[in-house]
Amino acid sequence: MENSEVDKGRRRFLIAATSVVGAVGTVAMAAPFLNSWNPSERAKAAGAPVEVNLNKIQEGQLVRVIWRKKPIWIVNRTKKMLEDLPGNDNLLRDPASEVATQQPAYAQNPLRTREGKEKYLVLIGICTHLGCSPTFRPELAPPDLGSDWKGGWYCPCHGSRFDLAGRVFKNVPAPTNLVVPVYSFKDENTIIVGLDENGEAV
Amino acid sequence: MMQGLLNWIDARFPLTKVWNEHLAEYYAPKNFNFWYFFGSLALLVLVIQIVSGIFLTMHYKPDETMAYLSVEYIMRDVPGGWFIRYMHSTGASAFFIVIYLHMFRGLIYGSYKGPRELVWLIGMAIYLALMAEAFMGYLLPWGNMSYWGAQVIINLFNTVPVIGADLSTWIRGDYVIADATLNRLFALHVAALPLVLVGLVFVHIVALHVVGSNNPDGVEIKKLKDENGIPLDGIPFHPYYTVKDIVGVGVFLLAFFAIIFFAPEMGGYFLEHANFEPANALKTPEHIAPVWYFTPFYTVLRAVTITPFAGTLAMFGAIVLLFLLPWIDRNPIKSWRYRNKAHTINILLFAVCFLVLGYLGVKPVIPVLKELGTRMTEIYFLFFVVLWIHSKPGKANYFMWFIILAAVVFGIDWVRYNPEATDDAVQIAWQWVFPIGYLALTLLLPKVLKSFNAEKIVPERVTS
Amino acid sequence: MRKQVIAFAATLLLPMSLMASGGGAHLEPANIDVHDHKSLQNGAKYFVNYCMGCHGVKASRYNRLATDMGLPVVPAKTGKSGKEADMIADANAKLVTENLIFTTDEDGKPSSLGSLMLSSIPEKDAARWFGAPPPDLSVVSRLRGSDWIYNYLKGFYLDSERPTGVNNTVFPNVGMPHVLWELQGWQAHDEHGLKLVSAGKMSPEEYDVVVRDITNFLTYVGEPAQLVRKKYGVFAMILLVVFIGIAYLLKKEFWKDIH
Repeated sequence: MENSEVDKGRRRFLIAATSVVGAVGTVAMAAPFLNSWNPSERAKAAGAPVEVNLNKIQEGQLVRVIWRKKPIWIVNRTKKMLEDLPGNDNLLRDPASEVATQQPAYAQNPLRTREGKEKYLVLIGICTHLGCSPTFRPELAPPDLGSDWKGGWYCPCHGSRFDLAGRVFKNVPAPTNLVVPVYSFKDENTIIVGLDENGEAV
Repeated sequence: MMQGLLNWIDARFPLTKVWNEHLAEYYAPKNFNFWYFFGSLALLVLVIQIVSGIFLTMHYKPDETMAYLSVEYIMRDVPGGWFIRYMHSTGASAFFIVIYLHMFRGLIYGSYKGPRELVWLIGMAIYLALMAEAFMGYLLPWGNMSYWGAQVIINLFNTVPVIGADLSTWIRGDYVIADATLNRLFALHVAALPLVLVGLVFVHIVALHVVGSNNPDGVEIKKLKDENGIPLDGIPFHPYYTVKDIVGVGVFLLAFFAIIFFAPEMGGYFLEHANFEPANALKTPEHIAPVWYFTPFYTVLRAVTITPFAGTLAMFGAIVLLFLLPWIDRNPIKSWRYRNKAHTINILLFAVCFLVLGYLGVKPVIPVLKELGTRMTEIYFLFFVVLWIHSKPGKANYFMWFIILAAVVFGIDWVRYNPEATDDAVQIAWQWVFPIGYLALTLLLPKVLKSFNAEKIVPERVTS
Repeated sequence: MRKQVIAFAATLLLPMSLMASGGGAHLEPANIDVHDHKSLQNGAKYFVNYCMGCHGVKASRYNRLATDMGLPVVPAKTGKSGKEADMIADANAKLVTENLIFTTDEDGKPSSLGSLMLSSIPEKDAARWFGAPPPDLSVVSRLRGSDWIYNYLKGFYLDSERPTGVNNTVFPNVGMPHVLWELQGWQAHDEHGLKLVSAGKMSPEEYDVVVRDITNFLTYVGEPAQLVRKKYGVFAMILLVVFIGIAYLLKKEFWKDIH
């Protein structure tokens, strides 16, 4: 025991070295365990981009499809609907879609669509407040939504309102506009949700 | 700051006290050797099994239509899934390797003897719970071997007189192994038995730390203490045995991961080939054998053929006898280092017999191996009688016991011998040399050669 | 101490070697290499064309198979970056889709890259037609072994007593007909072994390559993780050896107190 004083530095070094190598090993071993919580190949395959035929969507109609287990809305907006949209601007929180996370760059405009295909609106149908799926209310000025209502979505959970570009109104719980997913046009009449020129959605 | 926090906790929970009692001031004999790694390794494997098992449960489906493919789903589609699955399947076998070596250590150094009887009994309960846990886990992949293995084992309850058939149906929840069985064994495997195991392991360690560890010399280190009440031959578990066990853990993991990464099937012994086929109620695998860690007892089951129930009893009896070791072996000397040579021979032959029983369990029943299984079963049971006789080497009437036990062996042969069953008869006619040879080595040898019966003086202090 | 370790190792190894010595009928070695991309691609091609009509490998997905046999369909796995990666991935995706994917999913839609590799006939129909459904072959290589598959595919011979007209040297009274007869031709079996009695489209050497590649493909499919397992293993071994070395020095340092 008398020589223990002399060895302290060496002991401290060996303890540190053992701990470091042990920690590296533990982290390496933990990696596959943590990684196993990521979406599996099955989940990825089930979440592959979906193609939607636009011929079946009549003017003013909303079609729901599922992509990555989320509801996706595709609306074929009428001319009237598009014309009415700027009238909402003063009532909206983010009329110009400035919050970049809520849509791809090509949809960062007041109508929130790709250029040249303005009438087709594509949205992830999940309220940006707490994740309910809002109700489609295309009618004009219904008694329960007030005389200013020009069509849009109303969330039954906490009363958030969105216009027909998925833009959120002021003074409702939802903080941001509805999300526009990554999408592209395969041809004139086919839209692919989840895939664009940058590849599959992350 | 740290000291303040520690004081705050200690006022509410005996953290420092537990640390000291079980590690920093738990005095273990300083002469632990190779055999003393397996206790802490068993704890390590338990942790590996629990963690990997929890993660498997997150992806596995306990449903007869989905179970089999959900395992392959884990192997392919779940990121890192194959690693987790191989850890669990290799861990199962590793657990038994470690536990068998841990038990053998107890056997050679007499660790089951007073005052450690309860440590041994709790340990045996852990072993039993582990066998149940392993059996239930083996059904979950829902391969064909899983299915038929479980069928056979649960049908053991069929052999119980009167209530047998109803009992096994109740256990299965169906007329054969089916979805209900899979679902309930899953629940037991992932929730009930792990709780039991962890609880028993906790009690095992608490009981051990009350009586203190045995050692290769079988000397009670608590008998000789210094002026501070510290055993003269004791050293604090932490840091001395923690740093030593870390080396053991490293070596163990080297072997463990070598298997996982380079030979996860381990030649069909850790993952059986026949289990790479989904459960099929219409087709038994050609070669049905339990996983290797059950095979010694499986051979005992097959060897005793008087009635099916007798076979079941013999199999469970083979395990129950291990529970009774502290009362069968009454010799005051613990370690085999100081017992007579006949005792050493007895233990080594028992170990060989156990390995041969295990080997036979994976082999098909052909006459020569069938008879060998019977003979090894005889030796398995004779071991406990001889151990009892060796308790008092000075007084034992070896010759008388040799005659009595040989007569029992030949008596059983007399009943079994049927000259018309030629193949079996030929085997019986020569394989009697195994049990009789065993008895000669353990009973006649110490009778004839005094040096084989001489016990040594147990030292006061541990050696080296 | 050292003697004990050696004795202990010996007791462990003895039954292992005894166990390993058992074995079945003689099988010609398949000599496959699961890292051989060309062989896997060829095997996959023959498998989807000749086998998948009846046998699925339903635990496996097309995109994983494509990536593992050197035709990555995801840009991130091409080893390139930017536009080049996209182009390679797209080209591979097209190649794989056109040459390997002929089946439909459970819902009846044509299979896509992410689909499971199901067989072309629904299991229930197959069970009705054949008595027992043709088995899924996802893990057949782990059930039977690669050598067995190789010998099985080469072991069909004419036998007029069988309803299919053929029997097999390693799978007596097999229920499966000789699907590859067009390629191999027909063999007869006598006490000297197998003999080609009517030639197929391929020479025996060419047929051998096809059979070996199918075996290779099935071996890979049995455990896709085998492609990376050993690589990780080497790292683990190195790390552990270093760990043991340092831990041993630590142990020795502390135990100076005792001795």
